[in-house]
Amino acid sequence: MVQPLNHQPETPSQTAGPYVHIGLMPTYAGNAGYYDEEIGVSPISDGARGEVIEIVGSVHDGTDWALRDALIESWQADSAGRFPGQDGADPAVSGHCRFAADAVTGEFTLRTVKPGPVPSRYGRAFAPHISLWIVARGINIGLQTRIYFEDEDNEGDPLLARIEQRPRVDTLIAKKIGEGRYRFDIRLQGEGETVFLDI
Amino acid sequence: MNDLGPLIPRDREMHPEPFWPDYKTSVARSPHQPLLSLESGPSEETGPTFGHSSFGPLDNNLILNWTKGAAPAVGERILMHGRVLDENNRAVPNTLVEIWQANAGGRYRHKKDTYLAPLDPNFGGCGRTLTDENGYYQFLTIRPGAYPWPNRGNDWRPMHIHISVFGHSFGQRLITQMYFEGDPLIPLCPIAATIRNRSQLDRLVAPLDMAHSRRLDFLAYKFDIVLRGRRQTMFENKPEGM
Ligand SMILES: [Fe+3]
Repeated sequence: MVQPLNHQPETPSQTAGPYVHIGLMPTYAGNAGYYDEEIGVSPISDGARGEVIEIVGSVHDGTDWALRDALIESWQADSAGRFPGQDGADPAVSGHCRFAADAVTGEFTLRTVKPGPVPSRYGRAFAPHISLWIVARGINIGLQTRIYFEDEDNEGDPLLARIEQRPRVDTLIAKKIGEGRYRFDIRLQGEGETVFLDI
Repeated sequence: MNDLGPLIPRDREMHPEPFWPDYKTSVARSPHQPLLSLESGPSEETGPTFGHSSFGPLDNNLILNWTKGAAPAVGERILMHGRVLDENNRAVPNTLVEIWQANAGGRYRHKKDTYLAPLDPNFGGCGRTLTDENGYYQFLTIRPGAYPWPNRGNDWRPMHIHISVFGHSFGQRLITQMYFEGDPLIPLCPIAATIRNRSQLDRLVAPLDMAHSRRLDFLAYKFDIVLRGRRQTMFENKPEGM
């Protein structure tokens, strides 16, 4: 026998299921007014510094069908690369947003400010990015990924540099489709499968 | 900001299988490629915080919150309570816990739920609270009913409450489900079965807790939740081999 480790494993995940919206986005689920104030309605408030952008996209399964029930959370730094709570962080950036695939089209929209580069322990900063966490029925543990931007300098980003198959880097890069507008599609499986993170 | 060290990597053996044919929806929704593993950075080690100011007094009382206190929900009254801890056994204070569930008949108040069990006019089915300084949380609710779902021929979900927890960093984000001690549907459920490690599945089953039940009022069930911890070390956090 040896001494026990003073450590207990993480509680296992279970799928968020088809009705996740009633818990996390009551208004979307048809229960407006449940709470006085919902969580994660917008990652920014009036006066947020930096470029306001809109990212649209959809989440596709392995048959290329766009999920109508996906729920996504985003987390990001402000335009100077500071997270809420850090010294000098923009008070108008909460950094957190919840958004859902449209029940008819599967399209989602995230309106936010473009984040700045974020320092890393690897010496080189992470290029501007938004972290995503995706849940839905059939997803047994939330999927983590990141949105990078095609009009930013992504060379040397320590995460993108670790992707061995270089064409897959593209799956993490939002495409510019207009002034302040980007498209970012997520593919859960198969051709063009998004790089998901264990981080 | 104080560097608390990177998050302890997730032990995926402790979690469900993403691809699980008995749970049919998972087949086309599970990645085929391996996940990209990397030590956590600021994006994972920071996370949103929520203040008491945005919460209402009935937010953690599902028996009363749908009717704003006017009339109680139908069903077996229960207290669901426990602690949020991390892998190092430290309490996680002041963190957001959200739950949602079916009513006593097994029906969700969601526009997409068409199960023939009726809605309870006095039950909404969601609640939220912040843990206290010792990581404790509690909800007053009713025991949800089991419900059938279109998967295999005749699949029923055991009684369960869905739970979402934040922790203090985005990399700790977790959604899971609480089951009830003694429910014979647990071993038949293909969603519960996605967790292959038996002792891990047992950790999702809340025991009846008579010590916290209140006579002539409610039964109690205890449910502790463990989130990822941080690798605490007095040595500098430098990535190895880079
Ligand atoms: Fe459910």
